[in-house]
Amino acid sequence: MSVDLILFMVLALIAIAAAIGMLASQNAVYSALFLVINFATVAVFYLLLGAPFIAMAQITVYAGAIMVLFLFVIMLLGAERLAPVKVLPYQRPMAIGLAVVLVVEAVYLMLVRNPSMAMINPPTDATNTVGALQELGMTLFNQYLLPFEVTSILLLVAMIGAIVLTKQEKKGEQK
Amino acid sequence: MVPETYYIALSAILFTIGALGVLIRRNALIIFMSVELMLNAANLAFVAFARAREALTGTSIYSGQIIVFFVIAVAAAEVAVGLALIVAIFKTKQSIDVDAMSSLKG
Repeated sequence: MSVDLILFMVLALIAIAAAIGMLASQNAVYSALFLVINFATVAVFYLLLGAPFIAMAQITVYAGAIMVLFLFVIMLLGAERLAPVKVLPYQRPMAIGLAVVLVVEAVYLMLVRNPSMAMINPPTDATNTVGALQELGMTLFNQYLLPFEVTSILLLVAMIGAIVLTKQEKKGEQK
Repeated sequence: MVPETYYIALSAILFTIGALGVLIRRNALIIFMSVELMLNAANLAFVAFARAREALTGTSIYSGQIIVFFVIAVAAAEVAVGLALIVAIFKTKQSIDVDAMSSLKG
């Protein structure tokens, strides 16, 4: 077993354990913190796959900005826990059964029926240089310039939308 | 040397955990986090496929990384609007239990 295979296995275990922890914890704050662990391990996977820029974007945007926003809203609303209410008794086992079916189908389609023989090598020094980053930037701003601009407009629209949605309505104002 | 299939299997497992979270949790915030987990699993598959393709063709391919960059940007926009919606729902219903959100009028 090579070093990167061992690294992959350990990180995969951490990622899956963190995801299950997110799913199982009753307190929403713990869920958010488990999800941060999961995002951090996925960032290390990106480093193993030779994508350092995406790894850093993952840490700053996902584990940083998005999860801070989540924690902020959880604590703002004080909605860490929900009051226990009656749920359908068969709902949970049925959901787990359907999830097992989903993972079996996905594994069958992608790994058994149409298996890929490709091996992923550990990243070389060349992928971790400024030159590789420069090439990524050139591809982004030449080949994918239009999607980039559309994304910036989407972010602007999202910002306006968030402001409009949370704006306090004046009393007596007709909609 | 890690086979590409390992990454795809991990991605499938993480996606399924996310889907399971959407199905069994009633807290709207946790459902939202599960959606983020599913997006993340898909991103991992994108980068793994791009990397495997690089190994096959011998040239650098950046499209896989760039689409992940776009997905991260769109996810950030989605979270901003989604959390604003959750805050607005909490203001009227005093709860973020998805079972409470059963009427069209706020």
